[in-house]
Amino acid sequence: MHEMSVALSVVDQVEQAARARGALGVQHVHLDIGELAGVVSDSLRFCFGLACAGTLLEGSELVTRSVPGSARCAPCGRTWDTGMPPDMLCPDCRAAATELVAGRELRITEVRWAADTAAPGSPAQPATILEES
Amino acid sequence: MCRVVDLQQAVLAKNTMAAGILRSELTARGTTVVNLLSSPGSGKTALLERELTIARERAVPAAALTADLATENDAVRLSRSGVPVKQVLTDGLCHLEADMLAGHLHNWLPEDTRLLFVENVGNLVCPASYDLGETLRVVLASVTEGEDKPLKYPTAFGLAHLVIVTKADLAGPAEFDEAAFRAHVQQVNPGVEVVLSSVRSGQGAGLLVERALAAAEGAEVHAPVMAQARA
Repeated sequence: MHEMSVALSVVDQVEQAARARGALGVQHVHLDIGELAGVVSDSLRFCFGLACAGTLLEGSELVTRSVPGSARCAPCGRTWDTGMPPDMLCPDCRAAATELVAGRELRITEVRWAADTAAPGSPAQPATILEES
Repeated sequence: MCRVVDLQQAVLAKNTMAAGILRSELTARGTTVVNLLSSPGSGKTALLERELTIARERAVPAAALTADLATENDAVRLSRSGVPVKQVLTDGLCHLEADMLAGHLHNWLPEDTRLLFVENVGNLVCPASYDLGETLRVVLASVTEGEDKPLKYPTAFGLAHLVIVTKADLAGPAEFDEAAFRAHVQQVNPGVEVVLSSVRSGQGAGLLVERALAAAEGAEVHAPVMAQARA
């Protein structure tokens, strides 16, 4: 059940971003989850609810989007959906894929602050979360 | 417009960074980490007991850390090899993380350790996502678990540097289809080495120590395509 660890990290990151902006509440957190990220979205949503308790995110909704696995074969110039279970062999030449183009994401794509609690000057705007170095 | 933050960098980057630091520190003192993953009951402990005994016979300084939700049974078994062993109880946590491992190694790991084997919690889902600073990640499956195990747990098998099929002496009675298993491994992790082992018959004895030593000496380790994901 490492979804709890992931949920706590999401809450922590969004809370930091909210504090930096002076936001007092969060409506939605959108998350891309790759098919091969090893994270179960239903489980993560359940854990997210628990992880939000007592934080700025309490009452917010986690919206998840599944990102299909996609691999590329450089010699053939072909990109294909790996499917699930994934097929990492090129459909044309059956050689190993050169790279996985997508499918292992675990990424916040958008955070929306609660409309009546957003910082002045940024009402109900999608959040800009500063990337941590 | 919203900037995109890669959570994998934010969540797992914390672990990946800790793993990187641990790998650097251990490499600097001559220790190479081998991370063993499998389902509960695949035979991690039996295999490790044999390989630790072989390491000791070959005068390779080895140590082992074994993680379980409860009981110290595995540490008792591994200690029979005569190498330093530490049991970690995770109190219900399904996986080890790099900073946890670093904490457990502190003030315990003997200075001259060449190979450190980490027996992860028996689980093919969660441990797959956490780098422990290992140089070699080994995934085990026993012949009784079915040929489609690599397809059911593609992330675990897809990120393996070496796959070991255990309990190979039972392949006949279990009607294990080795060709199908190999094909399934290749589908999710093309090019990874798959070897058979049986503690009972002696098949594959010493292989894990040899592969670990080769990795420790700088031999090229298989690079899974699943690990070649774009950031």
